[in-house]
Amino acid sequence: MQLFDFNGGVTPEYHKEASTQSPIAVSPAPSRNGLKNFLVIPLHQSIGGTPRPLVSAGDRVLKGQRIGAADGDMSSAVHASTSGQVVAVEMRRMPHPSGLSALCVVIEADGRDEWIARQPFDYHQHTAAETRDYLRDAGVVGLGGAVFPTHLKISPGKGGKLDTLIINGAECEPFITCDDLLMRERAEAIIQGVVILRDLLAAGRALIGIEDNKPQALAAMTAAVQAGGHQDMAVVAVPTRYPAGGAKQLIRVLTGIEVPHGKRSTDYGVQCFNVGTAYAIHEAINLGQPLISRIVTVAGNVAAPRNYAALIGTPLHTLLANSQPLPDTDRLIMGGPMMGITLPGDEVPVVKATNCILVGSPRLFPPPPPEMPCIRCGECAKACPADLQPFELYWFSRAKIFGKAQEYHLFDCIECGCCAYVCPSHIPLVDYYRFAKSEIWANESEKAAADQAREQYEFRQLREAREAQEKAARLAARTAAGRAAATNALAMAPVTAPAATSAAASAVTSAATPVTEPAQTPSPQAALIAAALERARAQQVQPANTTNLTPEQQAEIAAIEARRAQIRTQAHPHLPPDD
Amino acid sequence: MNNSPYLRQATSVQSVMLRVLFALLPGIAAYVWFFGAAIVLQIVLASLTALAAEALVLHLRGKPLAIFLTDGSALVTAWLIALSFPPLAPWWLVVLATMIAIIVAKHLYGGLGQNPFNPAMVAFALMIVAYPQFMSRWPGTDAIDFATQWQIIFGLHANQALDALTMATPLDALRTALHSTNATTVTVASALAHNPAIGLMAGRGWEWIAAGHLIGGLWLVQQRIITWHLPTAFLATLFLLAGLASTINPSEFAGPLFHLFGGGAMLAAFFIVTDPVSAATTPYGKLIFAAGVALLTWIIRSFGAYPDGIAFAVLLMNIAVPLIDMATQPRVFGHKKNGSNHHG
Ligand code: SF4
Ligand code: SF4
Repeated sequence: MQLFDFNGGVTPEYHKEASTQSPIAVSPAPSRNGLKNFLVIPLHQSIGGTPRPLVSAGDRVLKGQRIGAADGDMSSAVHASTSGQVVAVEMRRMPHPSGLSALCVVIEADGRDEWIARQPFDYHQHTAAETRDYLRDAGVVGLGGAVFPTHLKISPGKGGKLDTLIINGAECEPFITCDDLLMRERAEAIIQGVVILRDLLAAGRALIGIEDNKPQALAAMTAAVQAGGHQDMAVVAVPTRYPAGGAKQLIRVLTGIEVPHGKRSTDYGVQCFNVGTAYAIHEAINLGQPLISRIVTVAGNVAAPRNYAALIGTPLHTLLANSQPLPDTDRLIMGGPMMGITLPGDEVPVVKATNCILVGSPRLFPPPPPEMPCIRCGECAKACPADLQPFELYWFSRAKIFGKAQEYHLFDCIECGCCAYVCPSHIPLVDYYRFAKSEIWANESEKAAADQAREQYEFRQLREAREAQEKAARLAARTAAGRAAATNALAMAPVTAPAATSAAASAVTSAATPVTEPAQTPSPQAALIAAALERARAQQVQPANTTNLTPEQQAEIAAIEARRAQIRTQAHPHLPPDD
Repeated sequence: MNNSPYLRQATSVQSVMLRVLFALLPGIAAYVWFFGAAIVLQIVLASLTALAAEALVLHLRGKPLAIFLTDGSALVTAWLIALSFPPLAPWWLVVLATMIAIIVAKHLYGGLGQNPFNPAMVAFALMIVAYPQFMSRWPGTDAIDFATQWQIIFGLHANQALDALTMATPLDALRTALHSTNATTVTVASALAHNPAIGLMAGRGWEWIAAGHLIGGLWLVQQRIITWHLPTAFLATLFLLAGLASTINPSEFAGPLFHLFGGGAMLAAFFIVTDPVSAATTPYGKLIFAAGVALLTWIIRSFGAYPDGIAFAVLLMNIAVPLIDMATQPRVFGHKKNGSNHHG
C-alpha cells in the first residue's frame, strides 16, 4: 500500500519497552476495607456539556449504572464503575494542572462489583439515530486522549457513505503503551468494534495504522483481521515518527488526504477513531457494558512500569501503588512527555482521558536550560507537522500581536510540542501559543458577552418604548371616552407617545430616524424592531474562526479553555509583563 | 514547574555556534598554510575584542553575563570579521570593526537574535569605506615570516617596505588590471596569465581556503545546522551569472570558477548568507535571498568600485528579508494556498 508522508515531526527516545514487559494487570479494585475504597467519578469527562447527576448521596448504585445523563447531544453519559453506595455528589479536585474542582459522584465500593443487567444492543435493528443515542448513553468517548463524544462522529457524511475508516493504533508519544498492549491482548475485540464502526459509517474500507515500532501489536491485529476474514480491512505499519498518531497526520500518512483545521474529516471521506475507542464500542454494543474502565500506562520514574485496566474514578495513589513511584518523584503527568499535563496531586481520579500516568523526576525530565532569544534558526519550522512557522507565531504571541498570530495560522497549531523539543534556545514555544490562544478566545468571548448585553439592553429599551406608547394610547383612549375633554385628549395623545418613544429610541442609537415621523401609525416600533434585528444579524458576522463552529472546533475551544485555566494559574516568568 | 513538552533535544545555541566555529577550521588551516600565521593573530584579536565588547554591553543592559557570553555568537562574528579582513591590516582596524559589529550592529538592535543586518558585514562595509588603504593589505604567498607579519600588524614595520610584502587579492588584481589606463588591451586572460596571485582555478592559496570553507560548510549541512537552500542558491546563481557573462564576453568577465574560488564566495555561501538571524527563513525565501546576494555580488564585482561586493550585497538583501519572508510563507497543512488566512 502506498504511504504518504507528513512534514516535520521528531524522533525522541521512545521508552516503551519497560511498560510492555508484563501483560495488562487489573488495577487494584477498591476494596471494602482499608482507606482506598472510594471511587471519585467526575461528571464532566468529555468534550461538551456537563452531564446532570442522576444519583444523590445515600443511593445504592450498581456497576454500569448511569449516574450522569448527557446534557444534550453534545455531551456523554457517565456510569458507576463498581457497585456500592453514593456517599457524596460534591466538588473534587480534577486531574487538571490548575487543581480546579468539578462535580463528582463519590462512591464507596461494596466490594461485590455487581453489574446492572447487561443487554447487547443490536444496531442492525435500530436506526442510526438510536444507535448514536445508545452510544452517548453508554458514555463512549474518544480514548486517544481527546475524549470527544464518539456518537457525534458516527455519521457517514455527504452521500451516506465514507471512503475510509481509519483506526488509530499509532501511539506515537513516548512512554505510552496502553494501545500497544490492548492491541496485543485484545485484537479480536478491537476488530469487532471496527466492524461496528464500519457498518455504522458505511465505510468502504478500514485502515488500521500502527507505528512500525510495535511488531507484536501489528502481528496480533493482522491475525485478528485475517481470522475475521475481513477483506475490506488492512493493518498498515506506518513509520515511527512523532506525531504520526495525530489524527490529521495519520490520515495524511494513510490516505494522502490533508484535513484542514476546523473541517469535518467526513467531508473529505475519512473518519478516525482510536483503537481503544473501537474496543469500548465493542464492549458497549456487543456486551452491553458502558465505558467504566480503560487501560492506563503507568511509566517513568516507577519501580515497575506497567499497564493497568483501571476503573474510571480510581484515585491515582491506588493506581500507582503497585508500580511503586521512586523516592525522587517530583511530578505526575497525565499523558505523555510531549503533550501531557502536570497533575495537582495523586488523589485525583483516573478519567476517560487518562491514557498514561507518567511519573516524573528531575533525572527524567530535567528543568529546561535558561531560555535564550530566538535566533531564527528555523529548526522549529522544520519540525512542525502543521507546516507552520513557529518562530513567527512566537514573536507575535510574545508581543501580543494576536491578529498577526492568527494570520500566521496560530489555530492550526496542534500543540504537539515538536517545535519546543528542537529549539536550541530552549524557548517554551507551546506555552506562548497556549497563552495567545487563550487570550484570543477570552477576548472573543468577552466581545460576544458584550454584544449580548448590548442586545438585551436594546430590546429592553424597545419594550419600554412600546409599553410607554401603549400606556399613552390607553390613556388617550380613556381620555377620549371622557366627552368633556375630548378635543384636548385628541390633541395630546400623538404628542405624548412620540415623546416617550423618541427618548427611548435616541438611547438606542441609530434607529432614531424613523421616530421623527408622525407617530400616529405603529411604524416607529416596527422600524425599531427591524433595525434592532438587522443589527443583531450584522453582529453575528464575527471573525471567521468563531462562526459556524463544527463540533471539532467546539471541542478544541473547550480544550483550550481548559488549558487557559492552567496557564492563568501558573506563574509565567517568561511571558512579558502586561503593559 | 514547566509545561509540556517535558522532553527536549540536547541542543543549544552554544552547541550550534561552536559547531560553526569548528567548521571554519579547515579554511583557517589552509589560510595559515599559504599566508602565514597572521590570520591567527587577527582571530585572537577579534575574539578578545568581541568578548570584551559583549561583556561590556551585557553588563550595561543588565543581562546575565554567564549565559550570553558563552553562547558563542560573539565569537562567530569575530571569526568572520577576521576571516574577511586582510590579515596584515593594522591591529586596531579589526578591533574597531569588531567593536562596531558587537556594540552597534548587534546590541543596539537588541542583541542576540534581533539584528536585521549581519554584524560582520556591517563592520566590513564600514571599514572598506572608511579605510580602503588598509583593507588591501593582503599578504603574498611567498611566506612572510610571522615576526614580520606581527610587526606589520602592530605598525612596527617601515611602511615603505609594505608594498613589497603585500599583494592584491585575485579579484582585486583582476579589477585593477581591467580598469587600468591601458585597459583596452587588457583582457581577463592576459591579466590573469602574468599574475603571481593566480593559481589553478583562481588565486593561489585562495582556492584552497575556499575548498576548506566548502568542506566545513558541507559538514554544517550534514550536521543540519544549515540547510542546503542558502549556499546552493548563492553558489549556483554566482556560477550561472559568471558563466553566462564570461561566455558572452570572455575578455571582460571572469569565469565562474574564478568567482567561486577567487574571493570570499565560499565563506559567504556557507557562513555569511547562512547567518540565521539576518537571512530569510522560509525555504523559498532562502533561495530568493541567497540568489539576490549572489546577483548583487556579481554586479558589484564586475562593475563596481570595490573588489569584493559580498558585504554590500548581503546588507542590501538583509533589508529585503521581512518582505521576502512575508511573501514566501509556506503552505500550511491542509490549506490550499500559501498565506491564505481563511479556511477552505
Ligand atoms: S527553533 Fe527556537 S531559536 Fe530556532 S527559530 Fe525556532 S524558536 Fe527560534
Ligand atoms: S506545537 Fe504547534 S507550532 Fe509547534 S510544532 Fe506543534 S503544531 Fe507546530
